[in-house]
Amino acid sequence: MRIVVPIKQVPETDNVKMDEQTGTMVREGVESIINPLDLYAIELALVLHEQYGGEVIAISMGPAQAIRALREALAMGCDSAVLLSDRAFAGSDTWATSYVLQAAIRRLGDVDLIICGERATDGETGQVGPAIAAMLDLPAATYVSQFEAPEDGHIRVRRLVEGGWQVLRLKLPALLTVVKEVSQPRLPTLRGKQRAKAADIPVWQAGDLDVEADKLGLVGSPTRVVRIHRPKVARQCRKLRANDADSTAAAVDEVLTLLNERELL
Amino acid sequence: MSSEGIWILAEQFAGRVLPVSFELLRRGRELADKRGAQLSAMVFGHDIDAAGLQELVDRGADRVVATEAPQLEHFLVQPYAACMLTLLDEYRPEIVIAAATTTGRTLMPYVAAKAYVGLTADCTVLDIDPETGGLLQTRPAIGGNILATITTPDRRPQMATVRPHSTRPAEPTPGRTGEIIRRSAPADCPAGGAEFLEFIPETSEHHLEDADFVVAVGRGIKKSENIPVAEDLADALDAALGASREVVDRGWLSYPHQVGLSGKTITPRLYVALGVSGSIQHLAGMQTAETIVAVNSDPEAQIFRVADVGIVGDLFEVAPVLAQRLREIQNGKSEIRNPKFETNTKHEIRNTKQTRDSKS
Repeated sequence: MRIVVPIKQVPETDNVKMDEQTGTMVREGVESIINPLDLYAIELALVLHEQYGGEVIAISMGPAQAIRALREALAMGCDSAVLLSDRAFAGSDTWATSYVLQAAIRRLGDVDLIICGERATDGETGQVGPAIAAMLDLPAATYVSQFEAPEDGHIRVRRLVEGGWQVLRLKLPALLTVVKEVSQPRLPTLRGKQRAKAADIPVWQAGDLDVEADKLGLVGSPTRVVRIHRPKVARQCRKLRANDADSTAAAVDEVLTLLNERELL
Repeated sequence: MSSEGIWILAEQFAGRVLPVSFELLRRGRELADKRGAQLSAMVFGHDIDAAGLQELVDRGADRVVATEAPQLEHFLVQPYAACMLTLLDEYRPEIVIAAATTTGRTLMPYVAAKAYVGLTADCTVLDIDPETGGLLQTRPAIGGNILATITTPDRRPQMATVRPHSTRPAEPTPGRTGEIIRRSAPADCPAGGAEFLEFIPETSEHHLEDADFVVAVGRGIKKSENIPVAEDLADALDAALGASREVVDRGWLSYPHQVGLSGKTITPRLYVALGVSGSIQHLAGMQTAETIVAVNSDPEAQIFRVADVGIVGDLFEVAPVLAQRLREIQNGKSEIRNPKFETNTKHEIRNTKQTRDSKS
């Protein structure tokens, strides 16, 4: 199977602290990493590669430094990587991002499977995966939590949806977005890291892709961010201490009073 | 061009219209009234229950267009998208909103990509710009620490998905009239490359996404043998059970319980966090809950930042007392004590409520 995994570089938010005064993210010392949810996509691709052979190609659209995310994907075991980087791509919304990614996948030629993380932890839209499928006119299964064996040009997957799991059979080529239950990402090996360091990662610009210039970047993006603001702190936590039986009973009663007040009982 | 109207994507399962559709009707009705436009609902399925279609009218739709075909019985993105694109072409809506469910968050981007239109994910506030008449789409970003307002200046329809439970369902007005159109999917509606095989229902009684009440556990629960402490409180509250990432990663609860960035994003009416520290990732999945109660032994825990009431104490002491008192109240054996608190805080609580109402 020839598998493409589109990945995104995002700020590392695991240990991020918020500045209590300004309410903004403390960016000092914040590293850029592969979107954590993309790791499950990479891992599934690698497992399929081990079981059924083929090739795993990681691609990413972003600034020049996004090459670091691709090197990490190579260190995990991806066979090759392509960076999509051009000033013309700057300011892309999800539509324009998907447009570039699908053009790159077209250029890669015969692809059996595209596996994406369910969403990126920074933008949190989850729109790019389905949009790539639409632009390539492929069947898609989102929120895939389990991959069952490929059979005769098809694959069988389980989607985690409201109230249960939907089991689908998809004709290849197809696109999946996966949730964390689908795999357990491996750590890069030392050999993988060395190989990744030495790897030659091509950079494709707009001119390398079959794209229309007016559909790229900010110009090509249907949406505009017009305002960024901080949410008003609507809650002032009323902290109650529960050190012993009496204070616990009193605290519980205060909670019950609040729930009653808000018609939650 | 207000005649093009506002549309919602109503959802059905096994032919029954789902309640999340009624939340969209409330949003849609507000927008339609501001624009002086018609509100329409589109729904795709097979043998859709007629009462459900009428209920869409009762709760605010001026028109309901139900597209039916055997291949639309279960959600499959390709045939759904093809039928939806046909509707968009025919009716030229100004705005289309859908719920940010697994269906909405799959179908909407697929359709928006095909139609080359803008789509904003997981909005918590929708409004009309008084100057341009355009849709103002506000959504939390960076783990809910900022709010971004997004517009779609040129391309139509303007599309957005809305976080489920972020507003109340529209109330029904019996006798309300509207047009109900049932039609078959276009003959050329493709089945697509996906085939539905089966649906496996989740065994637990309460599903996180639909739950009004959620009791969630964090690392403070210490080990899987302690989960029944949370289950008991969940039972007393008739709540679904949620979990932080640590709890799921340690195998104490299964992944469908996980709340947060790598799990589910939910907006229940009540969220009770037991021993949850409140990482940015976790907060992103639950901080829009209407009321948040946190119990944690660490007075500095981040979860208290988003809580309405926080109990600094041992969850193993607090949760059983809370569960017991809830059962006493339900059985009518006891009243809520401490009326002093009620009078003292009424004002404060009402203020909080207003802030939130004015946001939605």
